[in-house]
Amino acid sequence: MGIFDRLANLDRRLIFLVIGLAVAVPIILKIKMPIRISSEVRSAYETIENLPEGSVVLASMDYDATSAPELTPMFRSFLRQCFRNKLKVVYTGHLAIGMPLAQFDLDAVTEECGAVYGVDYINLGYRPGFTAVMIGIGREIRDFFAVDYKGVPVDSFPMMKDIHNYSDIALIVDFAHGQTAEYWIQYVVSRFGVKMFACVTGVMAPTLYTYLQSGQITGIIGGLQGAAEYEVLVGQPESAAFGMPAQSIAHLFILAFIVFGNIGFFITRRKK
Amino acid sequence: MKRDIPLIITFLTGFLCVIAFFIPHPPFGDLQQRFLVWYAIVAGFTMILGLDSLVKYNVKKITQHKPGWQYSYVLLFGLALVLVTGFQSWFKYNTPFELRSSFMYSYIHIIVPLQATMFALLAFFISSSAYRAFRARTFEATLLLIAAAIVMLGRVPIGEMISDKIPLRSDWLLNVPQLAAKRGIQVGVYLGGVVMSLRIILGIERTYLT
Amino acid sequence: MFQSIFILGLLAQPPANVAAFDTPNDEGSSITVTWEPSPADSGNLFLFRGYEIYRSDTPTGEFKCVGFAAAGATRFDDSNTDIQDGQEYFYVVRALTSSGHEDSPVAGPVASSAQWFNTQRVNVLAITLLISALVIYYIRRARAGDRLFVRKIAGLDAIEDAVGRSTEMGKPILYSFGLSYLNEVWTLASLSILHRVAEKCAEYSTRLLVPHYDPLVMSAAQETVKQAYAEAGRPDLYDERDSPFLTADQFGYAAGVDGMMMRERPGAVFWQGYFYAESLILAETGHSVGAIQIAGTTSVEQIPFFVVACDYTLIGEEMYAASCYLRPDPQMLGSLKGEDLTKAMILVFLAGAAVLGTAGVLSSHFFDYNGLNVLFENVVQWFNTF
Repeated sequence: MGIFDRLANLDRRLIFLVIGLAVAVPIILKIKMPIRISSEVRSAYETIENLPEGSVVLASMDYDATSAPELTPMFRSFLRQCFRNKLKVVYTGHLAIGMPLAQFDLDAVTEECGAVYGVDYINLGYRPGFTAVMIGIGREIRDFFAVDYKGVPVDSFPMMKDIHNYSDIALIVDFAHGQTAEYWIQYVVSRFGVKMFACVTGVMAPTLYTYLQSGQITGIIGGLQGAAEYEVLVGQPESAAFGMPAQSIAHLFILAFIVFGNIGFFITRRKK
Repeated sequence: MKRDIPLIITFLTGFLCVIAFFIPHPPFGDLQQRFLVWYAIVAGFTMILGLDSLVKYNVKKITQHKPGWQYSYVLLFGLALVLVTGFQSWFKYNTPFELRSSFMYSYIHIIVPLQATMFALLAFFISSSAYRAFRARTFEATLLLIAAAIVMLGRVPIGEMISDKIPLRSDWLLNVPQLAAKRGIQVGVYLGGVVMSLRIILGIERTYLT
Repeated sequence: MFQSIFILGLLAQPPANVAAFDTPNDEGSSITVTWEPSPADSGNLFLFRGYEIYRSDTPTGEFKCVGFAAAGATRFDDSNTDIQDGQEYFYVVRALTSSGHEDSPVAGPVASSAQWFNTQRVNVLAITLLISALVIYYIRRARAGDRLFVRKIAGLDAIEDAVGRSTEMGKPILYSFGLSYLNEVWTLASLSILHRVAEKCAEYSTRLLVPHYDPLVMSAAQETVKQAYAEAGRPDLYDERDSPFLTADQFGYAAGVDGMMMRERPGAVFWQGYFYAESLILAETGHSVGAIQIAGTTSVEQIPFFVVACDYTLIGEEMYAASCYLRPDPQMLGSLKGEDLTKAMILVFLAGAAVLGTAGVLSSHFFDYNGLNVLFENVVQWFNTF
């Protein structure tokens, strides 16, 4: 097998090794790169900035550990922005296995911002039913969430006093690694006219551009890049901003492999 | 008769949900809300069906010594461990979600790393598939290759460091041709969904009743 | 000194033009109160805290606080459970300033009532009726004996070959719904494909493995396979444990199915349902065990991965057409034809709207005529009022 044949048929273990190093080395060396703010992330950020103090934001945590590196930085920045702007956060989710994960960030950021449980934010926990729960909240949230995640009646918390359905919620923010953001748009935004933006993984982000263009959502924070931009806007760059160099270099290496593959492919084809 | 009753239930529920969408007057909204709550309750209980199936499947593997039967012991042990820690934490802290609880310990130190590892594998799979798939065999494949390269560079800071035009071209690709193609497929998908729903409500589509 | 008096003067102004009316398009027991913001409502929480809304049965009676609206808000929906339809109420909006509060004049009387039709949804009703009418019309035509053409769908035609090849190799078949739930339309479409696959498996006495992510889908799939085996005259081949629940965790499921493929080495794999990031992990493993793979999904972002890794892919609504294609009775074909015609109408409408929008811009630019622009905006607005 000649060198060009080899280029066209690289052992996939070699690709795995190079990609592993391309991700690990920039993280170990703590390389930094400038972050460009895209219009969809800025628009999401401004949606929260423009909310009046005391407005209620419903956060839906629809991700688990698999996409935590992308979505956790978004959630933390979101909480910081909300508490800084004195907004109230109601938080629930449609993925049972992901809910406890978000609890860590909630605990860390609320402590940092001095937010008080039941006054500034509440964790309503998980309920099965998915779209049924989404539609049902449109009538009365207590039909599904009579108690919070620890089983305490929601009516015992002062912030829940005036929250009954979507007309009491100023904004929905979905943190999703699946199709949940589309469900929120189709079942809730279209039906009840609530404002929304989505924080999603890189692979899901392109799906939502149709809704952004049509004005059904006000912004998209997509993938690690979106998370990094949002961290910069909120003024506290953390793991996403520091992870971008690794992603940049990994992309470069993937492109290099594609180029090598094509060179090998063309030369071997010409020989034949 | 055995098939007629589910068909009637499907028709009435589907029709009522459509009616409740257009007619806010009681009792439609109330009835719809009741159906939604019932659905949520039933959905919760279906996990018991899953549990039953999972245990049966793995017990069969162990008793018949099928390939990999030893792992079924690991699975059943894991299942029992999560149940025991969950109940223990519930009794001790009134909730399994207390950060100090044994349930959360197993969640943080076993489930989270396992999930993260599985997802991380995707980076390697995508790299190797991109290498195999993106070959400029035809004109269309060449276009796909160029578009992929621009988007991959445009979505990371290094793209802008190479040329400030790359992120702009990447945004254009995402907002214009990508969306046009996607909308085309989506219109078909959603329309197909509407007609399929209509077939189900009218009892024409009965595959789910087999 | 003068500045302080000026600020106090501003703070002393209550919300103006307070109006209370029955909340439109609702099921009653709700009254909407609107107002113009108090001049003191500057967005600064230290100077202005928000609005309290008070309600009473009489204009001079005791007013009870029924809710709070944040600073900057100009609307409040009073949908408390104690509101009786037909009963008259009066409202006062109180502006909460740093130095105290200022009450608006009393608004009312107003009574709530339920509406019989949500006028904001006329557009949806019109489109729903149009689609339903077309589908029903074509079903009637098909029943009357009209021959309706359905193009070839290679992925569905390949089912028999895939099962046959697997049988020859003495290998089982694997079928996955991905991460689908039973309340999703594509799951029902996938059940009809599973029915055909199971029929063929029963015919060739080939083992069929169907690992699950959702218990409800599992029950429906088990019934489907059982029925198909019975219809093919081989109920003895059915084993419920070949259709197990694995886990409701995305990557746990992917790992479980991958493990099953590595152990059982299926000759054919069907990915029919909704898939997310695990699609490529699954399809790559299927490829590595040498299985013929037939995918079908409406998940637009996963289609490229399946196209790359599988032998056949049903794209988007081809999945929905599967049940009609596999069971071409008049009712099914008629509904498919109705769907096609609706799609054609949407295409014509989109083209027409694009022409109208472009003509509007050109006519206003060159001839200073704005009529077409207004017409276009009205059309867009009609679709937006939802």
